[in-house]
Amino acid sequence: MVKSSKGRVDSLSLILAALADPTRRAIVEKLARGEATVNALAEPLAMSLPGVSKHLKVLQKAGLVVQGRDGQRRPCRLNPKRLEDVSKWTERFRRNWEAKFDQLDQYLTEVIAKDKHK
Amino acid sequence: MTNSAQRELTLTPRGDLELVMTRAFKAPASLLYDMWTKPEHVQKWYPVRGTTMTVCEIDLRVGGAWRWVIARPGMEIGFAGVFRELAPPHRLQRTEVYEGMPGPGCLMTLTFDERGSETMLTIDMLFATKADRDMCLKSGMELGVKEGFAKIDVLVGG
Repeated sequence: MVKSSKGRVDSLSLILAALADPTRRAIVEKLARGEATVNALAEPLAMSLPGVSKHLKVLQKAGLVVQGRDGQRRPCRLNPKRLEDVSKWTERFRRNWEAKFDQLDQYLTEVIAKDKHK
Repeated sequence: MTNSAQRELTLTPRGDLELVMTRAFKAPASLLYDMWTKPEHVQKWYPVRGTTMTVCEIDLRVGGAWRWVIARPGMEIGFAGVFRELAPPHRLQRTEVYEGMPGPGCLMTLTFDERGSETMLTIDMLFATKADRDMCLKSGMELGVKEGFAKIDVLVGG
């Protein structure tokens, strides 16, 4: 596991690992539409409860999902703050390349136009 | 008209070790290939606003080295590597190491797929470990933070 300079487990690595799995992404997508119990999550995925619980643990460890307590029910919810962190991190990387590619796009247009005038 | 959705950059982690970017350009594959392999072209698009390209070396042969450095006052960002495969105008493979974070870097495969009047560029970055892949995504953040500090310096006249 990656440790940051402060010795904490690197949270971005945890989040990316959690989201790298298609079943866990399906869980996140379902929770994005509202909280759900483990049972409700297991049904559409055609998975056993222990199977879903295993995936939920990974999502919880990454801080993406929190499990509340409501009497006997233990509904799962997304932690939107955490998802925002992910998009912020990748956003810098994306914006840098977007800026380069926009410049490339513009320069290509200039080169092609100049070529036509020859 | 151009399909604007297609021309937007997509950035997708694939598995644990890869990052895949795609972006379509309204240009033939051969010209887009030149944009990545001829210094006179690279210098025109690679340095983002506010930076200048201080080094743009390209020894275009398999096993040949490349080194690109962009700079702004007080900051230098360098990338370097070696060409592994050159198959113009469809495919190019090179290693890439960020000099600010020496290590194994990544293997970057560029594919130029011409479709009618457009060429789809796919950049596949393959890292040695998952930690390296994630660090690369984070490095963008660190650069962003430094940019922020640079702006503050300007504002306070530092």
